[in-house]
Amino acid sequence: MSEQPMRPATPMLQQIAEHHSLLQRFMGVSKEWKGFVFLLLAGFGLANLAIAYVVVDGRLDGHWYDIRDLGNAVAGLRGWMQDEGFHPAVPYVTTALLGALGILSVVGGWLLIGSWVERRVLAKFQIRQGPNRTGPFGLLQPIADAVKLMQKEVVIPRAADHFLYYAPPVIIFIPALLGWGPVPWAERMSFLDLNVGVLYTIAISSLGVLGVFLAGWSSNNHYSLLGAMRTVAMMVSYEIPISIALLAVVLLTGSMQLSTIVAWQANYNAWLILLLPFAAFTFLFASTAEINRTPNDIGEAESEIVAGFYTEYSGMKAGLFMGVELGNAILVGAMMSTFFLGGYTLFGLETWIPGYLILTTKIGLVYFLFVWLRGTLPRFRLDQLMGYAWKFLIPLSIAQVMLVAIEASIFARWDVPAIFPLVAFALVNLGLTVEMVRRWARALGYAPEIMAQQPVMATTIGGLKAAQKMRGG
Amino acid sequence: MPPIPAIQDLSITLAHYLGLAGTIFAIGTVIALSKRNAVAVLMGIELMLNAVNLTVLAFSRFGAGFDRTGSAPLDGHVFVVFVLTVAAAEAAVALAMAVLVYRRRETIDLDRVNLMRW
Amino acid sequence: MESPGIILAFFALSGLTATSALLVLVARNLMHALVFLVVSFLGMAGLFLTLSADFIAVAQILIYAGSISVLMVFAVMLTPLASRNNGSTLYVIPALLAAGGLSNIIGFIAIDTDWDERKGEVLAQSDFTTTVAGIGDLLLGKYILAFEVASVLLLFALLGAIVLVQERRRAGEEA
Repeated sequence: MSEQPMRPATPMLQQIAEHHSLLQRFMGVSKEWKGFVFLLLAGFGLANLAIAYVVVDGRLDGHWYDIRDLGNAVAGLRGWMQDEGFHPAVPYVTTALLGALGILSVVGGWLLIGSWVERRVLAKFQIRQGPNRTGPFGLLQPIADAVKLMQKEVVIPRAADHFLYYAPPVIIFIPALLGWGPVPWAERMSFLDLNVGVLYTIAISSLGVLGVFLAGWSSNNHYSLLGAMRTVAMMVSYEIPISIALLAVVLLTGSMQLSTIVAWQANYNAWLILLLPFAAFTFLFASTAEINRTPNDIGEAESEIVAGFYTEYSGMKAGLFMGVELGNAILVGAMMSTFFLGGYTLFGLETWIPGYLILTTKIGLVYFLFVWLRGTLPRFRLDQLMGYAWKFLIPLSIAQVMLVAIEASIFARWDVPAIFPLVAFALVNLGLTVEMVRRWARALGYAPEIMAQQPVMATTIGGLKAAQKMRGG
Repeated sequence: MPPIPAIQDLSITLAHYLGLAGTIFAIGTVIALSKRNAVAVLMGIELMLNAVNLTVLAFSRFGAGFDRTGSAPLDGHVFVVFVLTVAAAEAAVALAMAVLVYRRRETIDLDRVNLMRW
Repeated sequence: MESPGIILAFFALSGLTATSALLVLVARNLMHALVFLVVSFLGMAGLFLTLSADFIAVAQILIYAGSISVLMVFAVMLTPLASRNNGSTLYVIPALLAAGGLSNIIGFIAIDTDWDERKGEVLAQSDFTTTVAGIGDLLLGKYILAFEVASVLLLFALLGAIVLVQERRRAGEEA
């Protein structure tokens, strides 16, 4: 003990430094528990080996117990019903109800998990603990919150327009569920594999605007109306870049069907985010604006206009608005994965692992990105956001669509292995995107040489890295 | 009293769609002719356009006389696409005019916008 | 069009559409009328689906229910001192008479004419799996001129709307 270890300055940092990591905590537990965990891991490995044997053997393919694709089970059920001679309406109604149940359970489960994930991860970004009292790791906190919201008193403003005050939570909840229809979870597993899936996605997302506006208008409150007007203006502006970005996807893949878009990416082993980086960025950024998430949550900016368009809502009505916000975030994650990240495929791994698990993982990654953005970026101003849509995203997206149209016609006519044109397109698109963004930003007045180079405060205060250094690990 | 027919016997024909379109067109006409507010008048016009779209699509679906030339019966759909385009353009310009009238006269009550009355 | 699902869907959707269109007429508040109008548009999209027009149905939702209604919302909000009253003028009586006559004529013609229409098997055979490719071919083939004219029309509508509502600044005034 010759040299004194560096002690953190404040009690809070001290607490952080004394907080053990997960591995350290595991090393401290008793021998029986370690044996139990080892057995668990061994069992998992054995189960994987068994699965691998069955998959290689090919005795699963297409049977109803092939859970790599739950569509098989549903198709088996339908076939059984037709064989048994039920009324022809029964199989349709049953399978439709099963699909609806699946979507509801995905969204409902996410409303419980997502809020916990968001609060915990955000807490880690801000060097604090997050909810950790209710249940292990605070896992029961969302349920407690839901119960709390449901038994709260619902206060209705006297001057509110009653008919229109009750409708909006329902109006904006319906598109949040309907949007899940065309998402392909595996090869045969999509609820509503429309031929016009992309257009349907855009159309459904534009339906929520009216609910938001009515919520703000009927509350008869200045903050509500202000938030509603902000949100509507932003949604209307950002629908255009989303549509143009998806137009580039449709041009390249030649189909508006979501399953075909995924199949195209699987066929050429090329994720569209590599081929169309600017479209992917546009879609992601415009989606955060469309679903009202930080850094673009000016519609409900709590430091400016209380809670935006749902200021006057209380109890479970406000809970529904918050739930829709979460549900939309995961829906955008699903769309982003389907359009740009290969959907349920992962370079051939989908024959081994259920496709819906792969898609869920990708959705989780996109959601983590959203939380990351929320923890990192400050909120934009209203005029900055509108200007960003109209002056930056839309012109560049249109330029990109023209580029992609040329590339698509080359791709259709050029008779060489697909790898050469695709690699060429990826390089050309990336280079042109960087160059276009640089020049356009210059033209709009961005000049890095007169701006601050380095955020000074971050290095001075230290952040998580400094705390780890103090912990000595 | 005649027996109630089974649901299979109630097959939907062109006349059903035309009757519905006629009803909605009539409602739209009443709204467009009688409302005070300029935005409400525009609502009536949109309803009328919708009814016309329904008629065109119904003819495109049921009409047997149209594909004698060998062309696909999708011409009606293309017409509807153009009608949608025109409706969007018309709504944008009409609402801009409503806002303009409001700026000049602080009302969009069509009874009080009567500068050109004789 | 004999399957019970389609028949039920037709009657349900037509009831929804016609009822909400009527409610647009009788609603006292302009915003209520707007909500009923959107419901009517959605019901109409469903009716288009029963006519196996998937592209048009989705475009209807996108353009009418999603965009034109929002435009109307903006028009209502940008005219704050105008009344939110959805009242009718005295013209409602001749309008009702004219519309009644009109719908009677249309209904009479629709029922009385012996339409040369497809039925049963022929109709089922002419079902489209998708109409998107066909519409695209027609738009860029047979109707290319109309397509271009429509795009020019949209551009000028955009410009016209901007020019109409632009706040004109007087000379010398600070921006």
